Amino acid sequence: MWAEFIRRAIMQGIPLLFGSTGEIVTEKSGNLNLGIPGVMYVGGIGGVIGAFLYEQNATTLNPFLAVFIPFMCAVICSLIMGLIYCFLTVSLRANQNVTGLALTTFGVGIGNFFGGSLVKLAGSDVPSINLTATSSYFRASLPFADDLGWFGQIFLSHSFLAYLAIAIALLASFMLTKTRVGLNLRAVGENPATADAAGIRVELYKYVATCIGSVIAGLGGLYYVMDYANGVWSNDGFGDRGWLAIALVIFAMWRPRLSILGSILFGGLYIVHNYIPNLDVSGQELFKMLPYVVTIFFLVMTSIGNKRNAQPPASLGLPYFREER
Amino acid sequence: MQAQKSEVPAIRLEGITKQFGSVIANDHVDLSVKHGQILAILGENGSGKTTLMNMIAGIYFPDHGRIFVDGEEVVIRSPKDAFKYGIGMIHQHFKLVDVFTAAENIMLGLEEKGKFSIKQCEKRVKEISEQYGFELDPSKKIYEMSVSEKQTVEIIKVLYRNANILILDEPTAVLAPQETEKLFNVLRKMRDDGKAIIIITHKLHEVLSLSDQVTVLCKGKYAGTVDTDKTNESQLTEMMVGKKVTLSIDRSEPKNCTPRLKVDNLNYSLKDGTQILKNISFTVNSGEILGIAGVAGSGQRELLECIAGLRKSEGEILYFDPKSEETIDLHSKKPLEIREMGVRLSFVPEDRLGMGLVGNMDIIDNILLRDYRNGKLVFLDKSDSKELAEQIIKDLEVVTPNASTPVRLLSGGNVQKVLVGREIAASPTVLMAAYPVRGLDINSSYTIYNLLNKQKENGSAVVFVGEDLDVLMALSDRILVMCAGAVSGVVDARTATKEEIGLMMIRNKHQKGNN
Repeated sequence: MWAEFIRRAIMQGIPLLFGSTGEIVTEKSGNLNLGIPGVMYVGGIGGVIGAFLYEQNATTLNPFLAVFIPFMCAVICSLIMGLIYCFLTVSLRANQNVTGLALTTFGVGIGNFFGGSLVKLAGSDVPSINLTATSSYFRASLPFADDLGWFGQIFLSHSFLAYLAIAIALLASFMLTKTRVGLNLRAVGENPATADAAGIRVELYKYVATCIGSVIAGLGGLYYVMDYANGVWSNDGFGDRGWLAIALVIFAMWRPRLSILGSILFGGLYIVHNYIPNLDVSGQELFKMLPYVVTIFFLVMTSIGNKRNAQPPASLGLPYFREER
Repeated sequence: MQAQKSEVPAIRLEGITKQFGSVIANDHVDLSVKHGQILAILGENGSGKTTLMNMIAGIYFPDHGRIFVDGEEVVIRSPKDAFKYGIGMIHQHFKLVDVFTAAENIMLGLEEKGKFSIKQCEKRVKEISEQYGFELDPSKKIYEMSVSEKQTVEIIKVLYRNANILILDEPTAVLAPQETEKLFNVLRKMRDDGKAIIIITHKLHEVLSLSDQVTVLCKGKYAGTVDTDKTNESQLTEMMVGKKVTLSIDRSEPKNCTPRLKVDNLNYSLKDGTQILKNISFTVNSGEILGIAGVAGSGQRELLECIAGLRKSEGEILYFDPKSEETIDLHSKKPLEIREMGVRLSFVPEDRLGMGLVGNMDIIDNILLRDYRNGKLVFLDKSDSKELAEQIIKDLEVVTPNASTPVRLLSGGNVQKVLVGREIAASPTVLMAAYPVRGLDINSSYTIYNLLNKQKENGSAVVFVGEDLDVLMALSDRILVMCAGAVSGVVDARTATKEEIGLMMIRNKHQKGNN
């Protein structure tokens, strides 16, 4: 049973990992994108729209297209969200917190609107859309995973998006710490005036990092619908995973590699109530608080330690305007 | 370098104009520097020196005017363009990323071909350091560095980019005398190496000792260029201010001296156990100015903050009330408690916009900060503060659009005038000022000195922490010299020599090391 628990914890953690990696890349540029829950939601509904239209219009499903179309739809939809955020906060220098929160509300609204529309189009009796066919392509895993016992169950039974999440996190970690682009990006988030004086194009970096971050986060929404929920979209089913992803950023101290472990831990804490016998509903809700409790605890610990390495980028949330005096 | 090249100015500006809103920061300014020459730019606060330099470095873009590099007209739209033409600027407020190492900061924004390697960068940094005689550990994080180390990083950063034209914006404002001398030696070495150097400074004696030529700006306008060896302090001051000013501090004899504040055996340690103040004892009398001298970071700041009640110390701080003739113990009292006991203690902290004033609030509200308890019920009474604000602006000649301008938009000197003005408006019996003229031009500095003198004549006990020994000796009545958190002696400012005080400042030097 514990192998199954870890497998479910990983599955639960992957959307968080996408979300937090995306948010880390974004925050490293000094943009505090609180719109991540909305972006992930839009990424999810984007995938659903793509899959729905493809399933409706194609007579036979081509496995590659069945994955590729929803994937690209999710990417494009979340990219648009990132662009909106950047245009408002970087070009127009709107307040980042307000913009982010608005984007979350907006994203959830958009998602629910299209979700509802699709339910109507499908003429379904229940308020959900079933995309099991597409989902089965997304969930394809290595055929020999089941033969390898617990090892296969924990490490090999996942779909390609899960491995992609880990690969992206490792790549982001490498990019941030070992490359010139990463150094410049971190400088933009720490001290944009310094970066500017060093000849770095601050606005460009902010735009690119935030948009890439949004795309990564949007894939988390896609994974949630297609893998975790077996292709069943129901409005508001995504829950508070977006906020958990943001909490995870703090927990991981802005390090994508740590957020891999953190996401699995958070995923485990999120579902642990299912594995404790004889829990009533109120008890379950208490257990669901655990990830947040851990984050708060961790925040307190890092503030007491006052380690310079565990702090957010110094200019996080602040707009930058070169000629302001 | 090439004989022919040295005749063409390394950089030449022609008719540069820049406007911010309705304020003209630079009005048709000309300037030129040759290779192998140091040009000093002199001007009061807000005369547009930094703005002008920022236009050369690509931070701002001029509205009108032309820039020539090595005789060819260029357009500098961004810092990147500036690097392309070999221009490097060392800003007054360092442009460094705190959590990065020196090497990482130096590599920032570079587009070198080849592999990204911090190791290689560190090697080159070491080479540059050896060439010009710097001391720097390239793998040290910026937040662990002292001010002068940070400045070294900035200088190496521009040298690393092969800059031939170096611009330094008030590099000495934050340095101790010895560090300044070290910096000047480096700059002279660079000049002999064929580099063109532009240095912005307020300090006239530095201009005279370092530069080859001086360009003076006055209220954003070009006031002229002179050869350093053919000029003197009073001529430069006249050009800069636009009128004749007398550069002397009017020191009166102390009158009615009675002890006002007595500090006895004061000790202060940080949480991690580092002892900052060791057995400090001294007395300040009414009607005198007690100067405090010492190398930066010898505990001057902490001492004043302990007295003001901002830090918890051990020992005795006794205040002798002039009216009731009572003795009040200020030790371990909070600032509010001190005020409620009727002690009129004013403190001008060195960190003006951090501890002294709130940058985003306007002048009136900043003045209100001291008096907000006077209102009725829950409402604030702004009328008094408004009146006081107008008066400070008028009396101290604060340059500001109006009293409701956020103070962060004022230049350093004007910010300081607001702060000092507010503190003395409370007619203090003890006035403590830490580096009140740091970063201020001559005219503003003398305004501040006169204000301190006036307080002394009114019978206040004035404590003045300064960095410029000449000023300390001309302004104070007695000078307390600190070294590494301890008092190394108190001297009479009228008879002591600079050498004597300098020696006391660095005695026990081996014990130094915590800033």
